[in-house]
Amino acid sequence: MTDFKIHHRDGEGVSVIELKGYLDAHTAPDLETAFQKLLTEKKYNVVVNCRDLSYISSAGLGVFMAYVEDIRKNMGDIKLTNMSPKVYNVFDLLGFPILYEIYKDEQEAVTRFKEIKK
Amino acid sequence: MEVREFVDTAARAFGFSEEDVANIILAVDEACTNIIKHAYQYAADREIEISIFPSTRSFEIRIYDNGKPFNPSLIRPPDLKDHIGHKRRGGLGVYLMKRLMDKVEYNFIPGKRNEVRLIKYRSNASAVSGA
Repeated sequence: MTDFKIHHRDGEGVSVIELKGYLDAHTAPDLETAFQKLLTEKKYNVVVNCRDLSYISSAGLGVFMAYVEDIRKNMGDIKLTNMSPKVYNVFDLLGFPILYEIYKDEQEAVTRFKEIKK
Repeated sequence: MEVREFVDTAARAFGFSEEDVANIILAVDEACTNIIKHAYQYAADREIEISIFPSTRSFEIRIYDNGKPFNPSLIRPPDLKDHIGHKRRGGLGVYLMKRLMDKVEYNFIPGKRNEVRLIKYRSNASAVSGA
C-alpha cells in the first residue's frame, strides 16, 4: 500500500492540512475527503503544508483544482506551503504558481490570512 | 508501489540525476494511471506490462495494455483557469508526461494492444561531449 497521511489542525480562523508521503491516484481520494469535510464545516481558510509530502502526481494536483473554486466563492483560499523542490517542480510544470499562492513557510500563509481578515 | 521501484532502480543504474529519475517515475505513474482509468476503466484484474530499454544515448520505457485505445491527439494542453472554473481534471497527466520526458509516442495495434513509449535522452552535456 502507498503510504500517505493527512493531519488536520485548526488554528485561529485557519485550517492547516499537513500532507505526508505519496499523493497519487491511489491516495488522492483521501485528500478529497479532507476537503469535503472542510467545506461541510464551512472552513474556507486553508493552508496545505507540504513539508513531508514526498511525491505528487496529477491526480493529487487535480484535487486542489477541484476544490479551490468553491473555497474562493466563500471568500477563502487554499494556500500551499513548505514544498520540497521536487514537489514544487510538478506544481510549477502545470502553472500552479500563477493561480495559487505558494509560500516557503506555513506561518507566512497563516499571517496572510490574518492580514486579509483585518 | 512496485512500478515506482522498478523504474527508480533502472533509471538510477542508467546514471540519471535525482531530478531526472523523479521525472521519469512520475511520467510512468501518469501513463499507468491513464491506462487504469481510461483503457481499463478501473477493472482490477487487467494487466499492464512495462519494459525498459536502455541504450547508449536514451532510456526508453514501453508500457502495454490491451484495453480501450486512447487517442492523445484529443487532449488539449491544459488551461488551468478553465480547469478550475469547470472543475475539470482530465488532460493533466498527458501534458505532464510530455513535459517530463523528451518524447512520448502512442502506438496502437487494433484488437491487440496499445503501447506508450516514454523516451528520455542522456543529459545534453553528455550527448554533446559524446558527439
